[in-house]
Amino acid sequence: MDVLENLFTNIALYARNLLMEWSVSYSVIELVILFLAIIGILGLIVLDALILVWLERKVVGFIQERPGPNRLGPAGFFQTIADTLKLLSKEDVVPRSADRWLFLLAAPIVFVPAIMLYAVIPFGKDMVAVNLNVGLFYCFSIASLGTVSFLMAGWGSRNKYSLLGGMRTVAQMISYEIPLLLSVLGVVMIVGSLNLSDIVSAQRNVWFILIQPVAFVIYFIAATAELNRGPFDLPEGEQELVAGVYTEYSGMRWALFFLAEYTNLVATAALAVTLFFGGWHGPWLPSWMWFFIKVYFLIFIFMLVKWTYPRIRVDHLMHFGWKFLIPLSLVNLVLTGVGIEIYRVMGG
Amino acid sequence: MDLDTKQPAEVQELLKHNIILTTVEKVLNWGRAYSLWPLTFGIACCAIEMMSTNNARYDFARFGSELFRPSPRQADLLIVPGSVNKKLKPLVERVYNQMADPKYVIAMGNCAISGGPYRDSYCVLPGVGDFLPVDVYIPGCPPRPEALIYGLLKLREKIIHPERAAR
Repeated sequence: MDVLENLFTNIALYARNLLMEWSVSYSVIELVILFLAIIGILGLIVLDALILVWLERKVVGFIQERPGPNRLGPAGFFQTIADTLKLLSKEDVVPRSADRWLFLLAAPIVFVPAIMLYAVIPFGKDMVAVNLNVGLFYCFSIASLGTVSFLMAGWGSRNKYSLLGGMRTVAQMISYEIPLLLSVLGVVMIVGSLNLSDIVSAQRNVWFILIQPVAFVIYFIAATAELNRGPFDLPEGEQELVAGVYTEYSGMRWALFFLAEYTNLVATAALAVTLFFGGWHGPWLPSWMWFFIKVYFLIFIFMLVKWTYPRIRVDHLMHFGWKFLIPLSLVNLVLTGVGIEIYRVMGG
Repeated sequence: MDLDTKQPAEVQELLKHNIILTTVEKVLNWGRAYSLWPLTFGIACCAIEMMSTNNARYDFARFGSELFRPSPRQADLLIVPGSVNKKLKPLVERVYNQMADPKYVIAMGNCAISGGPYRDSYCVLPGVGDFLPVDVYIPGCPPRPEALIYGLLKLREKIIHPERAAR
């Protein structure tokens, strides 16, 4: 079990020792280790997307009482591979009237902040690419950059549906960022640190979902809206907007948006696990395995919510965000402050 | 398999057992054949059968066609479900032109094949084969969902073995 527990840290240690023997300077070693971490994270993202697309289709099938893809491989597992091959070989259409650079750049740019989120997440014991002391702050500031690419895609397509979809996405993401941040602040107040590793180690005895249940519910709802997943998938509401921001994108460029959504989904679930479910803490199994079990369980809940509830209207979405979630998260914040003060007075 | 005849016999034997020779096109065709995403496009009553095929009882998703894409840019398969009249023709053409290559067309139902019961009408076109490169014709009024699935499987066969079905 120890071998499994320390598998990834040992690989990093081995690489570090090997470079030491070659007498490479310290800064180069740090760069190489960081590079290895990036490769690992990219591999993780691709693997996750492969599994999640299949899982999502199977979960929909389960909810709608049908088998889902089952012709390729065991339980249709190779369906994603066929889809990827097809998307790779599809024509890359750029509309003549589109703003070429904005249109072409939007798809890669949506992917960049999604990857950058992974840098500070502690995947297991001592398994964090960059141990940043403002990790949580970094996460939310990077995540909000994703909004820009949606605006770029909507504007650059020169298509009324794309533009409307883009505007909606931006409005929705900016509105729901506020309750998202406010809900997380309660945890920060209890721990007294923005470092994600500190937050995880503070949950050694009790998970924060037991102390901050309301904050978790707010985080979950706001994160669903932030990810543009159902029931908040208004940006691609096909009844009124064809495919929203994605209307003009074909082939791999569209697939990049899709991939970014899944990357963000995993990052958001990982952040929720880190903040509320004790991170990598757990008995018997290796720490990183516990982390991924929790992340996948949370993703499963995200999928159940997406395929169970109907899409809500734009005005309802805005009212819900501004008139309900934000006041509720503020009340939660005040109560948390009072609770911390009482705990300090009573417990010393 | 095309093996290099200049190689010695033992090398050829080794190659035969250890290297899978294929062309990129074959792999891509495999991918295209197994993930045909239809366009959300219904023009007449055959569309009801198309929707039924997508739903739980018949489940198109088993064959990898569950994602009915609303935007023509991301769809691979244009199912023309029903009668096309003169006023609709330019729109169908436009939707077809908006789709990204490679794209395939299924003419579903008698109306799409030949005009069906409206063949003698002054406004209904005698089939979509005149202005679209139709890959598979599915007869019926309307065709049952099983027939649509059979047509999809035929189209898949056609994509994997392009030499068998020269247009």
